[in-house]
Amino acid sequence: MLLIECPWCGVRDETEFACAGEAHIARPLETEKLSDEEWADYLFMRKNPKGRHYEQWLHAAGCRRYFNAVRDTVTYRISATYKIGEQPPGEGEK
Amino acid sequence: MLRAFRPPGLENPALNMSKYSIFSLVRNAVSYHENWAAAWRSPEPKPEYDALIVGGGGHGLATAYYLAKEHGMSNIAVLEKGWIGGGNTGRNTTIVRSNYLWDESAHLYEKSMQLWEGLSQDLNYNVMFSQRGVYNLGHNLQDMRDIQRRVNANRLNGIDGHVVSPQEIKRAIPEINIDQGCRYPILGASFQPRGGVARHDAVAWGFARGADKYGVDIIQNCEVTAIRQENGAVTGVETTRGSIKAKKIGVVVAGHCSVMAEMAGFRMPIESHPLQALVSEPIKPIIHTVIMSNAVHGYISQSDKGDLVIGAGIDSYNGYGQRGSFPTIEHTIAAICEMFPVLRRVRMNRQWGGIVDTAPDACPIIGNTPVEGLYFNCGWGTGGFKATPGSGWVFAHNVATGEPHELNRPFALDRFVTGFLIDEHGAAGVAH
Repeated sequence: MLLIECPWCGVRDETEFACAGEAHIARPLETEKLSDEEWADYLFMRKNPKGRHYEQWLHAAGCRRYFNAVRDTVTYRISATYKIGEQPPGEGEK
Repeated sequence: MLRAFRPPGLENPALNMSKYSIFSLVRNAVSYHENWAAAWRSPEPKPEYDALIVGGGGHGLATAYYLAKEHGMSNIAVLEKGWIGGGNTGRNTTIVRSNYLWDESAHLYEKSMQLWEGLSQDLNYNVMFSQRGVYNLGHNLQDMRDIQRRVNANRLNGIDGHVVSPQEIKRAIPEINIDQGCRYPILGASFQPRGGVARHDAVAWGFARGADKYGVDIIQNCEVTAIRQENGAVTGVETTRGSIKAKKIGVVVAGHCSVMAEMAGFRMPIESHPLQALVSEPIKPIIHTVIMSNAVHGYISQSDKGDLVIGAGIDSYNGYGQRGSFPTIEHTIAAICEMFPVLRRVRMNRQWGGIVDTAPDACPIIGNTPVEGLYFNCGWGTGGFKATPGSGWVFAHNVATGEPHELNRPFALDRFVTGFLIDEHGAAGVAH
């Protein structure tokens, strides 16, 4: 069982949350100018790293807001959570 | 199920050419079964092969077997970072069926089913394939409409199956709860009589022995750390046991396919998730078939040893840890207890997780990659075991000829660019 710290509600049980996939994927501007390859890359391709992963979570049974988390995909340890739109704490780039 | 023991003869380099039969059984009985030859060799890697298969699970070993048998390529090696069959091959719930909705997947899984039906004889190794039937339960009206549609589609593709009522289910499986007042009542099911289970370890060992017989080198404890390329074509791999050259490399590594793709310099639409399963203590025969429920997320069968084999859903987060969350297990057990109240006091023995490679359309990715000579077979997600022989058969064709077989052409990586996805979320059995 993971304990996850929602940036708004504090530490809660994993069962209150839903994982919502990779974070920091920006929808391309001017999508009409994208090639099929670029669109596929945005829509389907994922980093899926073994190790540190930046991902979105939804506090589904709480405040129902999305936030970001930094989690290791091998140990499952969450090292930080932060609000949508923010950069990961203590790091210059995502 | 993950077994603690290693297959016999792993360290014994002796070549085994003997055929398993009643006579070899009797002959070895005389020496108290202490002199069985090794089922496959454990050779040192050669500096160069005609082709390399990365990943010594069922699919990788099947690919090597069919490469040697069907395409005459015997100067090949299977590279496995741990021991063969120790990943998802040893961790699944061993269900085999071919009742998929769309033509593309139905043809692929049906090819696999036909190979299963002759596999033990073909391999001269008992994979304990037992066609005990598979029920896919429906719990609401939409489930039942989907089931009818899927069964009709299957029959048009020549795949057996029919829709059964709750009363028919109850007649076949007396322990099941068809009370219409419960939270998720059983309204019916699809039934594929040719579906069933096979012994997962035996599948890996049988293919390994079969491939070894043709001269394929099966190299365990050999992790690939880099893929070498020149001018957009593969030239070999770096491994923990030295560098090995090859102009054709087939990658069949399930949950780690994104890691391998990153080594090769392209991206995959795959996310790796933990998928859990568990087995109970052995009990007397009570469930003679396979029962799967997509909606409440539990599936169950009984192994020949008597343990109930129960599959759970995937964890929502990405994970490589080969373990999942307890709430996922709890959810599945709740569903099983409602379906089979008689099992409420059965104790569970073991629980484990495997890493499944889920694709956005719940279908595998089999075929060529942006790198010449590099072929991927992945994305089988939660349902790869049933496809083991068929997957190896088509992938062997793809690796040998450099072109996809008609059966795996629709499953190319570029379907995510062209938009020709094959949505099998309904028939995949486990929600992604």
